[in-house]
Amino acid sequence: MTIERIKNLLDADVLYGNECLDREVRYAFSSDMMSDVLAYADEHSALITGLCNPQVVRTAEMLDIVCIIFVRNKIPDQNILALAEDKEIVILCTGHGMFTACGILYSNGLLGGA
Amino acid sequence: MDENLVFNYTISGDDFTRAGEASSDVKNKLKMMGLDNNIIRKVAIAMYEGEINMVIHANGGTITVEISADNIRMILADTGPGIADIDKAMEQGYSTAPEEVRALGFGAGMGLPNMKKYSDHMEIDSTVGIGTTVTMDIHI
Ligand SMILES: Nc1ncnc2c1ncn2[C@@H]1O[C@H](COP(=O)(O)OP(=O)(O)OP(=O)(O)O)[C@@H](O)[C@H]1O
Ligand SMILES: [Mg+2]
Repeated sequence: MTIERIKNLLDADVLYGNECLDREVRYAFSSDMMSDVLAYADEHSALITGLCNPQVVRTAEMLDIVCIIFVRNKIPDQNILALAEDKEIVILCTGHGMFTACGILYSNGLLGGA
Repeated sequence: MDENLVFNYTISGDDFTRAGEASSDVKNKLKMMGLDNNIIRKVAIAMYEGEINMVIHANGGTITVEISADNIRMILADTGPGIADIDKAMEQGYSTAPEEVRALGFGAGMGLPNMKKYSDHMEIDSTVGIGTTVTMDIHI
């Protein structure tokens, strides 16, 4: 699924990465614990999270995650966005909560990884 | 490569927002060297877990990365509180991280087992009250 499709399905704002929306996302992983993400997330995944700090982007960077989706209108600060831009990780922000955001993506064919 | 490449980093213990800068720098360097993506990813994850541990458990430390033709060695040394029971610390889910660390997204007790999983060899040398040195090898 492309990031563009995710953006549309979740009615999300693009906070960084408008020029990268054609990139493919293979899986999705959702957690507020970066420890879990580091242990289990696949590369080329989207990360759906309610946690909003620079380590979310750092974690995504180490794992080659292509897109971070902040749920329930959590707005990352400039610091976080600058880091995402530096690492070319697309940042989306949706008003949906975690459960609903995951449900929408899953029911449209985006699955969890291994 | 005839000579080993060596990179040294000092990790500050009092700025959580900057934790991961060293791992990020190593990841960039390995990319520039054209190493296999899978190996880069393993190094990045293992080193980042170790770097975070240094910041949240040991008030910072130093990281040395040695790259030879067939191996990447990461040596993470701190002068923090040390680990009393290493076997226990290696168990998945064991964590002494306080609530404020969990609120930052860490402290699930996954880091050390994850570092072991992603490295080909890992050794922990720790003395309570003196500090901890974690050495990891990832073969190229
Ligand atoms: N450098 C260190 N100095 C002192 N204690 C450490 C160090 N690294 C790990 N520990 C101890 O080992 C425990 C387990 O570490 P581990 O990395 O597996 O989990 P964590 O850091 O608590 O949580 P997570 O890694 O999931 O964020 C820690 O809670 C801490 O008690
Ligand atoms: Mg840890």
